[in-house]
Amino acid sequence: MSGAVDIRGVAKVFGTFTALQRVSLSIEDNEFFTLLGPSGCGKTTLLRLIAGFETVTEGEILLFGQNIANLEPNQRPVNTVFQQYALFPHMSVLENVAFGLKMKGMDAPSRTKRAGEMLEMVHLSDFANRAPAQLSGGQQQRVALARALAPQPKVLLLDEPLSALDLKLRQAMRLELKQLQQDTGITFIFVTHDQEEALTMSNRIAVMRAGQVQQIGTPREIYEAPVNRFVADFIGETNLLEVDVAAIVDGQAQVVLPGGFQITCPSATAEAGRHHLSIRPERMTLVPVGSGLEATVQNIVYLGTDLQVMVRLDGGADMQLRIQNAARVQVPAPGTRVGLHLEEGAARLLAD
Amino acid sequence: MALRSVRHYPGFAGVAVLCLTILYVPLIVVMIYSFNASTSITNWGGFSLRWYGEVFTGPDAPRFKAAAWNSLTIAVLASGISTVIATAAALAMLRAGAFRGRSLTFALINLPLMVPEIVIAVSTLIFFTMISFQTGYLTILIAHITFCIPFAYLPIAARLQGIDGSYEAAARDLYATRAQAFFLVLLPLMAPGVISGALLAFIISLDDFIITNFVKGAGMETLPTAIYGSVKQGIKPGIMAISTMMLAVSILFVTLSYLINRKGRPVTSG
Repeated sequence: MSGAVDIRGVAKVFGTFTALQRVSLSIEDNEFFTLLGPSGCGKTTLLRLIAGFETVTEGEILLFGQNIANLEPNQRPVNTVFQQYALFPHMSVLENVAFGLKMKGMDAPSRTKRAGEMLEMVHLSDFANRAPAQLSGGQQQRVALARALAPQPKVLLLDEPLSALDLKLRQAMRLELKQLQQDTGITFIFVTHDQEEALTMSNRIAVMRAGQVQQIGTPREIYEAPVNRFVADFIGETNLLEVDVAAIVDGQAQVVLPGGFQITCPSATAEAGRHHLSIRPERMTLVPVGSGLEATVQNIVYLGTDLQVMVRLDGGADMQLRIQNAARVQVPAPGTRVGLHLEEGAARLLAD
Repeated sequence: MALRSVRHYPGFAGVAVLCLTILYVPLIVVMIYSFNASTSITNWGGFSLRWYGEVFTGPDAPRFKAAAWNSLTIAVLASGISTVIATAAALAMLRAGAFRGRSLTFALINLPLMVPEIVIAVSTLIFFTMISFQTGYLTILIAHITFCIPFAYLPIAARLQGIDGSYEAAARDLYATRAQAFFLVLLPLMAPGVISGALLAFIISLDDFIITNFVKGAGMETLPTAIYGSVKQGIKPGIMAISTMMLAVSILFVTLSYLINRKGRPVTSG
């Protein structure tokens, strides 16, 4: 059995630059799948390879079991929402949405009807006869979505479609996109460098770096069980401490923190030795001194909903923790000795 | 300290007036005297349209009509064909990705702009003679197509450069073939540049004298060569009328070319 899209050993080389190094991953049908990573990690290249705008140097791309790697873009039943929308400026909104249907040979009355329905779905029926340039950024975004969904593609590709919108609109569109994916049942492959976008919308995320997939998993897995330093650092905020590990038993590592305090935490590796330890700032709380791990408060940063507390462990390691800015919270002054409590899942030993 | 505008430099006004005078006074004089009622080309004898009438009905009228017809058909064909070639060249230069000899190709396309016209004229004539090609209408047309290409190329390439590649990608993504993506999406977006290039090529072809004179062969005339032939036998006021009409056509086309090119907003994605 194969999924909606199977990427098998796909490599892409531009001249001397290797954009993708034999990437393999499988995307399920009806999944909201996100390719996440910093710029230059190969996520957009992978999307363009699926769309057919680039040709693979090596490997296969299977769409519901059929290898499409050598097909022209117009022969692939996938459609794309472009970063800057790429709406045709010389056509009306309705003509834009009907374009794909026209190219597929649908007759004029049917495609006008279908395009009208698509515009209704994105709440833009009143704008059918406008030129794209007369619409706001958010409206253009919806037209681009309607245009790409109108021919009922098997997979919808989205190339950082929200990056051109302002913050409020971006947040609203996240929910709308997710809803749209659930309503249409079409597989969405979404490319972004914004980890928050990825976490809020995706069923699964592939974190990429330098042309390679680092980790694939649900948002919770990616955030709570990162495999390496890159993933832990890229997704959310974290404290990374270099530690020595004596032994790992049944996936649990015995770790000695700087200052001598020992904890037991889940591990992404089975090998003892020198590793990095990730401790999520929001999974630590301040407790009275004398119950275990101790530190000195260095600084407090006011973030509105949260407070960021910078502390130094007795062994010299700097860490930060996040506490909610609730009314009952007592803010320690810089220089105060505090106790730190690590909640369940706060710490995790990484592979590198 | 704010930089002073060039307008405030001493002597600016004087130099500007001098340049404009040298450039435009002869044109203005010819325009005015084309409406002269007198047979003299130096004395003003009142306003009249007699020389315009003479151009269309006078003894030389058939010769000039034939020359004008040749000029017009050659200009239409040469601008049309060179625009198609220039469009193809622009697509190859800007949309085909990097290829070996790209800079060389660019230089070759634009070389006719740099090479002295007389050199092109002489070498074209020699070439036609060497291959025993009968000079006449066809040789003029071929020569015109050749030197019109860079003039058509420049506005077309400038326009194409400003069009984001994602439009074509979007069209291809939405099931358009290569041809459909070009004719339905890219060409309409390029249209202002293409029209501008064609108009420019048209005027360049219509105006050309040197190359045409070399490759036209005996008995074949275009408007500029006919005017030259006529002037050799003494300047008649009718020539001024023809020149004024050509000037009007040139101004009209160049203005159109400019306006069309400016009208289309730069098309960048987003």
